[in-house]
Amino acid sequence: MAIEVDGQSYETDEEGYLADLNQWRPELATAMADADGAPLTEDHWEVVNFLREYYEEYQIAPAVRVLTKAIGKKLGKEKGNSKYLYELFPYGPAKQACKYAGLPKPTGCV
Amino acid sequence: MDDGDQIVKKFMYMNRKTPYGTIYALESLEVVLIAAAFDQDVSLVFADDGVYQLMKDQSTEEIGMKNFSPTYSALGDYDIKKIYIEKESLDERGLSLDDLQDLKYEDEDDDWAEKDSIHLVSRDELAEVIDQQDVVFSF
Amino acid sequence: MAMLHTVNKSPFEKNSLESCLRLAKAGSAVLLTEDGVVGAMKGTKHSKDVADAMANISFYVLGPDLKARGLSENNVAEGIKVVDYSGFVDLAAEHESVQAWL
Repeated sequence: MAIEVDGQSYETDEEGYLADLNQWRPELATAMADADGAPLTEDHWEVVNFLREYYEEYQIAPAVRVLTKAIGKKLGKEKGNSKYLYELFPYGPAKQACKYAGLPKPTGCV
Repeated sequence: MDDGDQIVKKFMYMNRKTPYGTIYALESLEVVLIAAAFDQDVSLVFADDGVYQLMKDQSTEEIGMKNFSPTYSALGDYDIKKIYIEKESLDERGLSLDDLQDLKYEDEDDDWAEKDSIHLVSRDELAEVIDQQDVVFSF
Repeated sequence: MAMLHTVNKSPFEKNSLESCLRLAKAGSAVLLTEDGVVGAMKGTKHSKDVADAMANISFYVLGPDLKARGLSENNVAEGIKVVDYSGFVDLAAEHESVQAWL
């Protein structure tokens, strides 16, 4: 599979995760979200950017429980809960946001 | 789920091999991260050549493999707070704790204070800890 | 007939290095690669065996495998030469044959 952005093609796996995370650009996240029918807002970007930073540091995409806790610590308690994150990413905050962030599917995704 | 009904078992992951010569170290780490979702009492051991997994300054570009050593620093986020290093294994290899990554966790109940995850134990102390486990997974 | 011996297992896990040192003839060379690089380090339980063998065998260790494992060249035992991949190729070409100890 592949995703087209600005005339360029990016390879993805069968679930739409980017094959090479080094190819990621913000426009890709925008295109993926638009294709899912839910354009990204500032609140979405906060989470997507957080995931990219987490991956940069630890070389993994965090499990949803870890993501929730870490978001709470960084962005405040009102955002560090499943309700808030599931409202932003109804397909599952770790899975969907990781996809937009160009990361592999989170380890420990059960 | 009602927490009161949950049975918590003591799971230990025993790591005894160097990081890149075989797939064991990476597999162990992935299993640990996945199993962390089950809220059990988890501990990790690094003994024999397993102590090399935690070496600082690993750099794998030239051998064309993924450097997964930064992931050990995320263990604290996964509520894995007990990491035992066997002292004799370090000694035999001319290593000390200074050669290894300094792993910490943040204690949520103590205003996120950083605390040490690593416990340096002697062979005899490690034998005691192993003896208290319900399950030991060997990698 | 100088032979190049390669050892890619840690001396703590397998006896490949020990067997190699027992059977390598004077004038041959030993190259430590992959987990075998552990055998090149100073101050380990096995350092003395390697130092003793150095009297009539030349020792090399593959730098990229040291780096991957966070092992510093500064901690490589005296007398062992660090080589890169092209050094590996040169060694293989310079010797009559290569014996891999697995």
